[in-house]
Amino acid sequence: MKVVVNVKLKAGVLDPQGKAVEHALSSLGFEGVNSVRVGKQIVLDIDESDKDTLKKNVESMCEDLLANTVIEEYEIVL
Amino acid sequence: MKVAIINFPGTNCERDTQYAFEKLGYKTEIIWHKEESINADLIVLPGGFSHGDYLRTAAIAKFSPIMKAVVVHAKKGGYILGICNGFQMLLELKLLDGAMNRNLSLSFISKYHHLKVVSADNKFLSCCKKDEILNIPIAHGEGNYYIDSYNLNKMYDKGQILLKYCDENGAYENPNGSVDAIAGICDKDKKIFGLMPHPERAIEAELGGVDGARVLKGFIC
Repeated sequence: MKVVVNVKLKAGVLDPQGKAVEHALSSLGFEGVNSVRVGKQIVLDIDESDKDTLKKNVESMCEDLLANTVIEEYEIVL
Repeated sequence: MKVAIINFPGTNCERDTQYAFEKLGYKTEIIWHKEESINADLIVLPGGFSHGDYLRTAAIAKFSPIMKAVVVHAKKGGYILGICNGFQMLLELKLLDGAMNRNLSLSFISKYHHLKVVSADNKFLSCCKKDEILNIPIAHGEGNYYIDSYNLNKMYDKGQILLKYCDENGAYENPNGSVDAIAGICDKDKKIFGLMPHPERAIEAELGGVDGARVLKGFIC
């Protein structure tokens, strides 16, 4: 089954990449962009059909490796 | 005083680190990350790009077999020094508090930088004096240290903030966006020290400076 994990910096943690994109958009003339946050998307294909088990497994993956929960938050999309 | 330097795939400072410690009079050994035991007084996690740093700096290194022995050493109160990528590993292992983010400029920064010794009340910096200014190279893309203000204050209270970036006169100058211009911290027992600058690259005049030796010889001065 395919699982998507979205990892992004927590609100309040400065995102240098987001800031750079924000400046670039502004200098290209795109108006009205209040802020930009850049994250990463990790797409997993896992041999597991039970959704609860799958979610639990992916949560462990996020806590152990995929995100650094000191500064990042994650969202699991089944 | 025996020093074990751990070598991960992607590490590129293990030999410089070994050379520096040997030159200062320590006995050293380089240990491959797949080993499972360490017999040393000080473990050094050197700089580089462990496992390629592909996901996040040092995120994968914490699963290397040797890390179980590193954590056991830490729990027994042994000394650990993490330089650059090694500092990032100590954060990922949660042996030190906080996390590392990309440099504010997004650029990889490689240059000599001045540092102020905020606290010398620990074994690592026992050859330095409080408020002393050192000049040691930095070389990193993710040295933007982050910790929330509550935990930052706790660290100040316990003397865990050891080095800050500054200019040659000691005024704080921040190359990477780190909270409070922090360049190096230790744990509450002052046995585990992580810093972004590379002291092993500043131990001979031919390398451009000798201030790094003052940081590395803390155990024998």
